Amino acid sequence: MKAHQPVSQANNEPVEFSEATMAKAKELIASYPEGKHKSALIRILHLVQSEKGWVSVPSMDKVAEILNIQPIEVYEVATFYTMFHLEPVGKYVFEVCRTGPCMLVGSDDLIDYIGKKLNIQVGETSSDGMFTLKTAECLGGCGYGPLLQCKYKFHEHLTKERVDELIEEYRSGKYDQN
Amino acid sequence: MGNRKLLLENIHIEGFDTFDVYRKNGGYRSVEKALKSMTSDEVVEEVKKSGLRGRGGAGFPTGMKWSFLAKPEGVPRHLVCNADESEPGTFKDRYLMEKNPHLLIEGMITSSYALGANLSFIYIRGEFMYILHILEKAIAEAYSKGFLGKNILGSGYDLDLQVVPGGGAYICGEETALLESLEGKRGNPRMKPPFPAVKGLWGNPTVVNNVESIAAVVPIVNDGGDAYAQIGIGRSTGTKLISASGNLVRPGVYEIEMGITVEEFIYGDDYCRGIANGKKLKACVPGGSSVPILPHFLVTKTATGEDRLMTYESLADGGFATGSMLGSGGFIVFDEDQCVVRNTWNFARFYSHESCGQCSPCREGTGWMEKVLHRLEHGHGNMRDIELLEEINKKIEGNTICPLGDAAAWPVAAAIRHFREEFEWHVNEPQQAQTRNYGLITQPSVVV
Repeated sequence: MKAHQPVSQANNEPVEFSEATMAKAKELIASYPEGKHKSALIRILHLVQSEKGWVSVPSMDKVAEILNIQPIEVYEVATFYTMFHLEPVGKYVFEVCRTGPCMLVGSDDLIDYIGKKLNIQVGETSSDGMFTLKTAECLGGCGYGPLLQCKYKFHEHLTKERVDELIEEYRSGKYDQN
Repeated sequence: MGNRKLLLENIHIEGFDTFDVYRKNGGYRSVEKALKSMTSDEVVEEVKKSGLRGRGGAGFPTGMKWSFLAKPEGVPRHLVCNADESEPGTFKDRYLMEKNPHLLIEGMITSSYALGANLSFIYIRGEFMYILHILEKAIAEAYSKGFLGKNILGSGYDLDLQVVPGGGAYICGEETALLESLEGKRGNPRMKPPFPAVKGLWGNPTVVNNVESIAAVVPIVNDGGDAYAQIGIGRSTGTKLISASGNLVRPGVYEIEMGITVEEFIYGDDYCRGIANGKKLKACVPGGSSVPILPHFLVTKTATGEDRLMTYESLADGGFATGSMLGSGGFIVFDEDQCVVRNTWNFARFYSHESCGQCSPCREGTGWMEKVLHRLEHGHGNMRDIELLEEINKKIEGNTICPLGDAAAWPVAAAIRHFREEFEWHVNEPQQAQTRNYGLITQPSVVV
């Protein structure tokens, strides 16, 4: 239940989505049988988060408008699924798996190490706004741990040295394409 | 015991994830065979004959599940593939879909035909977005080659197939929560009955099957259910994907013939090659985080001294007293330095985090267990806490809409059953317990 984060009340300016996001959303809506287009909701929230970095209340309101559903129908979904960031986050969010099999191969130490390296606690964003550190429950890479995910990309078999490199690679924009 | 592979056989061929290479190596034969020469009931019959059991964890016979599908006139039916793979220790479906996406698409087409579904879905966990793109590419290829869409291969059968992502919620692997999520809602499991076979997606009759189960339909239709049933032992037929993780020399995904020994799987050259760093085996969770943990002396042998086999029956031998379950095949191995209390707390935290909050026994109970185990692990527990855990367990088990409550309760009960000394040690010598110097629990703590 801890995953069910509060919906931010800050910043209620209306938002617009990019043409690409709008076009993809429309395509998704059209792909379902008539009257069943709400099935596109979760994927549209992924699109919104990919574009905006997080899912704000105005973004959710806009999604409700696109789907022609009540805003509460979007809020209740966005707050249920842990992949959606309901507060502003850094440019890159490191979500480190902390569940059993990863713990057996050192995820606890790795989470501590990343926190120290970026000078932040779990849940915080580095002062330069580049990195947010989060923990995640089982990411489905148990044989390749410890691991983290950032913008849908898996980084596996992590060591402290590899984490050092990874942070530099992200800083240099290596993963900014696709 | 042989080493036959039915699902991962050709994955090392260059370009096997493309339609052309897959097709050149015998791909999509099951679609041709089923659509051109078999009725849908004949396909269901082959799956029944194969003895295939659901590969997601419950092990329910797939053919029987299919035969429950209601077929009212004029109401659409759906096949939904459960690719929400979220059980800690399980990562086989991800591997299969990444390496062999067309096998799943082929299985979806053949299975949808068997069920008379014209609109089917693959529901995949949101974290596997890159695999969603792999599958969408494969689906687009299948459409362009006439294996999806209208009038497939001139048979008159129509099928549309779509991939839908989740958003990060373990509970959506439960089939009714999955259907809720697929409808764009929170993943709260539904009361059963009605079962999805009667009222599923959008109220239409629906079959939900695991990725691996659907993939297995391909070799079953190609070679016949009888041939499939000849692999394996007893009611554990065919091959099974095992996700091996934890302190192993070579963790990873393995396709095994049902019936190899656990010993062979952990130590054999073809499989995990033993415990990492020359350490000893302490314990094993053989079927994903929800199944009971086994202490080392019950891993490779049953309580009666027989070889433990990688089958549904043998892993469950001894019931919950001295056995466990094959589950989803998430095989997690603990070396001698690992702390069972810490791991039990970790899993309890997982279930507390993932409880949907709908049923009080699960919502409150998983949270309590997490708190109590946290204080035991961190040296603030007392003996009463161990009893308290057992009490909470009994109050959750069987008292919730979906099996998440049971899944949360069983690992705690099993850990206490087999490793009570270790829990007591955390109470009696909390300082020492923090040093993490455990050693093997050598004496059986259960009467066997």
